[in-house]
Amino acid sequence: MAEKPGHSIISIQKNKRSFEYIRKNFILYLFLAPAVMLVFIFNYIPMYGVTIAFKDFSPIKGILNSEWVGFEHFTSFLQSPNFQQIFMNTLKLSTFGLLLGFPVPVILALMLNQVRRAGIKKHIQLIIYAPHFISVVVIVGMLFIFLSPAGPLNNILSVFTDKPISFMSDPNYFRTIFIVSGIWQGAGFASIIYLAALSNTDPQLHDAATLDGASLLQRIWHIDIQVLKPTMTVLFILAVGGIMSVGFEKAYLLQTDMNLPTSEIIDTYVYKRGLQAGDWSFGAAVGLFNSVISLALLVIVNYVVKKLNGETLY
Amino acid sequence: MNDLMVGLDKKKRKKIGQAKNRLINNSKSDRVILFINKMLLIFVVIIVLVPLLYVLIGSFLQPQVLLTQGISFNPEHWSLDGYRRIFNDGSILRGFLNSIMYATGFTVISVGVTILAGYSLSVDGLVGKKFFMVFFLFTMFFNGGMVPTYLLVKELGLINTVWAVILPGAIGVWNIILARTYFKGLPNELKEAARIDGASDVKIFLSIILPLSKPIIFVLALYAFIGQWNSYFQAMIYLEDRSLYPLQLILREILIQNEVQPGMIADQLARAEMQRVAEMIKYSAIVVSSLPLLIMYPFFQKYFEKGVMVGSLK
Repeated sequence: MAEKPGHSIISIQKNKRSFEYIRKNFILYLFLAPAVMLVFIFNYIPMYGVTIAFKDFSPIKGILNSEWVGFEHFTSFLQSPNFQQIFMNTLKLSTFGLLLGFPVPVILALMLNQVRRAGIKKHIQLIIYAPHFISVVVIVGMLFIFLSPAGPLNNILSVFTDKPISFMSDPNYFRTIFIVSGIWQGAGFASIIYLAALSNTDPQLHDAATLDGASLLQRIWHIDIQVLKPTMTVLFILAVGGIMSVGFEKAYLLQTDMNLPTSEIIDTYVYKRGLQAGDWSFGAAVGLFNSVISLALLVIVNYVVKKLNGETLY
Repeated sequence: MNDLMVGLDKKKRKKIGQAKNRLINNSKSDRVILFINKMLLIFVVIIVLVPLLYVLIGSFLQPQVLLTQGISFNPEHWSLDGYRRIFNDGSILRGFLNSIMYATGFTVISVGVTILAGYSLSVDGLVGKKFFMVFFLFTMFFNGGMVPTYLLVKELGLINTVWAVILPGAIGVWNIILARTYFKGLPNELKEAARIDGASDVKIFLSIILPLSKPIIFVLALYAFIGQWNSYFQAMIYLEDRSLYPLQLILREILIQNEVQPGMIADQLARAEMQRVAEMIKYSAIVVSSLPLLIMYPFFQKYFEKGVMVGSLK
């Protein structure tokens, strides 16, 4: 595999030139240094640390000296009685959330786009964006207030039912609460991006369609939605890639001892087993399992969408 | 330049609006649809506003009225008791100050590092650019997960310090890409001209690039600050000392764990009364913690929208 002499001279010259460049522009590399360092420390070192998923990690022995156990933690997670439940909880929560939540910002944007008076439009936007700025702790706190057995929702419902419903401790309500409150909080703000896309629509399209006798709904369907398609595609891919890591902070806060049968998802399980119970290796293994599935999903969806209509994320 | 675009857009939109008006007025069914659209939007606005107003009004009511009758507009039922109790207890105020410190520190570090790295990566012909891009981008697809990251932070001795809250999440690779895209969009001639005049890289960056980058810096800072302000999870896993708790963790105790802060019930109350007071405090705590952002955000609405837009650039 000896290189031809000519090649090596060129590559030496190239190296020399690169070296010269770096020496001259070292300040640019100095600018990069803090970011590279932080990413290396807080993103790459944990990637090495994830090897504890294949070991029996003990803090005393450290990562290097802990014994290898292969896939033991993975098999014990996969065979544990609650694996199926936790896995399905995660999948259901995010899939239903995506299916129900994804169209709402699109519809909101289409609706707002029909408001012709700029002032009114601006005010509506101002109001429906607001919940986005409320913290997840406060949102969950509000849910506990509104949905408590003596809370306002039960007061209203008492007209129809004789017993108050304890929404927060009934596993049947967890997903609905999680998803609906998510839409309430995020749909308005998420519509911004679609509104922006709509404002770039060529007005001649609408004029021409109207002259041809197209109704408003026909124009929305054949023009506006077509305009939104590329944006929707990209956001959909991103959302599917994130399907395994959805809303952990909120799910954890919404958990009560009673609703765990539906509210325990992989991330909260990792937190409890890995950090709270100190089952480091097991937690790392479950987390790794989750990351690998996310990555696979992202790649698959991107591939499928690319095949279907040529839009792609990367 | 941006303002010019906005102006143009408005003009264009107005024109479109007029054209639409002209044409749409012909069709009766379209007008029906527009009317339904208006009604639906009003409905959306009500759905967003009602929970917020309920909490706001509730926070000014006497606890027994709030819990037995719900919202009341009778001035005799008004009370500032909840607010008085909150300010009697130091924890909310201390959480507030801690949160300001964390959010400010996080913003300065995160935006500073991001801008520097983004600038370097935007320079044409930077040797090793490809390597650095792959180095950063890879972390968007794979990460070590919660447990290895926690072990690392622990190993570094950062547990129970400000740095554990600030540093691990400080670098968003996505933000570096955004900054880079922005810098790339700045006209190259400016840099060239300065270079011919003999300005150094640092000088060019400080005196030409930075002043032109105020919008992106502002957008990044806004998102960083609010993101940190509203988050609780890092603080929850890394902080042990209550005096270090940010506002969101204090709120979690009050709203979700139903823990009554001793300073808030300094007067000896009967058990039933105490429960009512605890419920009342929740309302005031939500208002005190969420109002600042909700009042301030309309002034920055333009920048939030800009932020989403910049983010939508591929």
